[in-house]
Amino acid sequence: MSDITITERQAGDVTILDLAGKVTIGEGSVALRTAIRRLLGEGKNKLLLNLGGVGYIDSSGIGELVSSFTAVKKEGGTLKLLKLTQKIQDLLAITKLLTVFDVFDEESEALSSYN
Amino acid sequence: MIREIQLPSRIESVDQAAVEADDFAKSCGFGDDFVSAIDLAIRESVANAVKHGNKFDESKSVDVTFADSDEGFEVTVRDHGAGFDVDEIPDPTNPENLLKANGRGILFMNSFMDEVSWSNHSDGGMVVKMLKKK
Repeated sequence: MSDITITERQAGDVTILDLAGKVTIGEGSVALRTAIRRLLGEGKNKLLLNLGGVGYIDSSGIGELVSSFTAVKKEGGTLKLLKLTQKIQDLLAITKLLTVFDVFDEESEALSSYN
Repeated sequence: MIREIQLPSRIESVDQAAVEADDFAKSCGFGDDFVSAIDLAIRESVANAVKHGNKFDESKSVDVTFADSDEGFEVTVRDHGAGFDVDEIPDPTNPENLLKANGRGILFMNSFMDEVSWSNHSDGGMVVKMLKKK
């Protein structure tokens, strides 16, 4: 069974990825990378990652969030984060990445920010 | 009480080490919150040993020791790689390093454990010793 499930949905021109499971070294990080690269290949570059269902993330997963952020930015797009768990919020604070990512608790608020 | 395990240099060993740590810590009477606190540090240290130490060479093991001491929960992780100078690892929280994909594992180990020390083993490889106080 896969460590992570990634479900894609569209809200206007924003693509939302609902992540559930673990974003860790190996399969979880690779799955996220593959999904982001595929969306960029399809010309979708307004991305919102919903991390509310992510029960576990490690430094590799955090690194993958950063790689995704820079890859999307390079394509002229924006990647934002939605519904951080307390653990992920703590890890982003420790790594000072809360200063890098736009983070939202509410999906409607996140979607409005792309306009 | 001490438990020693030898793990192959592959990604699956990261999960295996965490499961063993969980089992050992609980058998020593440590609670869920304590185990949760040490979990990420153990995963990061074993991942470092597999990836950067042994460079996924499955002929080289990752040697892990858990010990329940008077001070707390001690973890030792040894690889059989070429070693490195931990002081040369860039600080991932420096602004110029924030967008780098790698280099945060040691930060997490230092954040979640009370003591972390690195040394070169006399027979080769790096050894990291970590302590989470009771």
